Amino acid sequence: MDTIGWLMEPLHHVFMVKALLISAVVGGVCALLSCFMTLKGWALMGDAVSHAVLPGVVIAYALGLPLAVGAFVFGVGSVAVIGLIKQSTRVKEDTVIGLVFTGFFALGLILVSKVRSSLDLMHILFGNVLGIRPQDFQQTLVISALVLVTLLVFRRDLVLFCFDPTHARSIGISTGLLYYLLLSSLSLAAVAGLQTVGIILVVAMLVTPGATAYLLTDSFSTMGLLAVASGILSSLLGTYLSYWWDASPAGCIVVVQTLLFVLAMVLAPKHGLLQRSRHHQFTQ
Amino acid sequence: MTTTPGATKPPHIAVENLSVSYSGVVALSKASLRLNQGTICGLVGMNGAGKSTLFKALMGFVRPSTGSIRINGQSVAQAQRRQSVAYVPQAESVDWDFPLSVTDVVMMGRYGSMGLLRNPRHRDHEAVRQSLELVELWHLRRRQIGELSGGQRKRAFLARALAQGASVLLLDEPFNGVDVRTEKLMVQLFMAFRREQRTLLISTHDMDHVTGFCDQVVLINKTVLAYGETSEVFTRENLALTFGGCVLDQVPKMWGSRSEPMVTDHGEGWN
Repeated sequence: MDTIGWLMEPLHHVFMVKALLISAVVGGVCALLSCFMTLKGWALMGDAVSHAVLPGVVIAYALGLPLAVGAFVFGVGSVAVIGLIKQSTRVKEDTVIGLVFTGFFALGLILVSKVRSSLDLMHILFGNVLGIRPQDFQQTLVISALVLVTLLVFRRDLVLFCFDPTHARSIGISTGLLYYLLLSSLSLAAVAGLQTVGIILVVAMLVTPGATAYLLTDSFSTMGLLAVASGILSSLLGTYLSYWWDASPAGCIVVVQTLLFVLAMVLAPKHGLLQRSRHHQFTQ
Repeated sequence: MTTTPGATKPPHIAVENLSVSYSGVVALSKASLRLNQGTICGLVGMNGAGKSTLFKALMGFVRPSTGSIRINGQSVAQAQRRQSVAYVPQAESVDWDFPLSVTDVVMMGRYGSMGLLRNPRHRDHEAVRQSLELVELWHLRRRQIGELSGGQRKRAFLARALAQGASVLLLDEPFNGVDVRTEKLMVQLFMAFRREQRTLLISTHDMDHVTGFCDQVVLINKTVLAYGETSEVFTRENLALTFGGCVLDQVPKMWGSRSEPMVTDHGEGWN
């Protein structure tokens, strides 16, 4: 089959068109957020929040509320709990993060099994982009737009917050507000990512494109563009591959993202392993 | 133990009976000082003496348990809104691999006076250009910040404070790890700032800097022990008080000549 056929055949199915569209949108938005996650050193936090939103999603579903509301409450709540335990005990932060997010996640698993609903645990854990329901499709688009606008409007403040929060405070910018803005965006993006790759793999969408772009450039604007391009490309290519290989879309999307990272790690013009090896040989 | 130079003019920085505690532990107690506009003032004290706390209080980062701070006759919050106070941190405080150019970092000094989107206007670009030219970094403006040397990084932070247009500069160990050329350039810049009527409070451990170019000095050890004209305050007795009686015999040699660190370190490191 030629390339055109390879690209066009899946588009004859409405479910594939919707899957490609939603995964590209979510992939792009999560990729932009991943730049801040990478630069702020929040990869573990991203993992924690994306797992901790599970009980919120289930409760919101059971109550007929938008999933984003439940995710937001539990995402921010989990970070508040992490902060509380860290401040009041001698346990180190990474340990606290590990135990809080697994605790929240476990609570979510119980709720999924006990709350009577049509929520499928496997879909939450591993995504269901090919069978996404109309209301989830719309909700994901709205959430993605909200996160995108937030990140674009506050991008310069967020870069400053990641780079030098002390300076931000000294010139009167509220770092507390930026902290919760980033955290809220993370919680919402986790819900959006949940629809495409599921809770288990959403952290890859929130970290990998940013890490890939970080290796390719020394400019934040370029990093953002490269991350978004890599996020969208991974989502589209991953969804196509899942169609042709009859494999898990979530798995395919994340594997493509990881491969792009490996390529950047080896071939990046300035910070790649090959270049570093050449530079090392040259200086010896 | 204080001298109050230029008492006729209102002080640029006025700290009265300032006390700050962290979770019940007193970091600074009843500290008072007054600095006139256009003053270079050294801030000298041991590790944990309260220098960082004083800086934080002047930037509005900590709420004093008692006392007050006025900057140019305004509260700290008002001064912050007017971008009057700039903090120049130690170079180690940020991630130098961050994907930002020198211009990007200096432009951050302008954020407080920009709109919500922080889109730079002509005057912002102009302020950044002037600041970079002043610290002699204009030719390196497109470099990624991590590609600068230690001294150039300090100058980039200084340029950011200048671009902010602050009249009060709080400098945390500005000479740590800089070469002689950068040190000379920075001292020249400080003199120029003084002529522009800016007030500089410089945390330092190098006594030669204090005697070399500081008009005034503040000696601190959980409170302000002494402040005023350097020649009057920077005495052997006051230093002994500041450093807990651990001053070496080299103290008298300090005037006009570079000396070794003259204070023993009894298990307490320097800031």
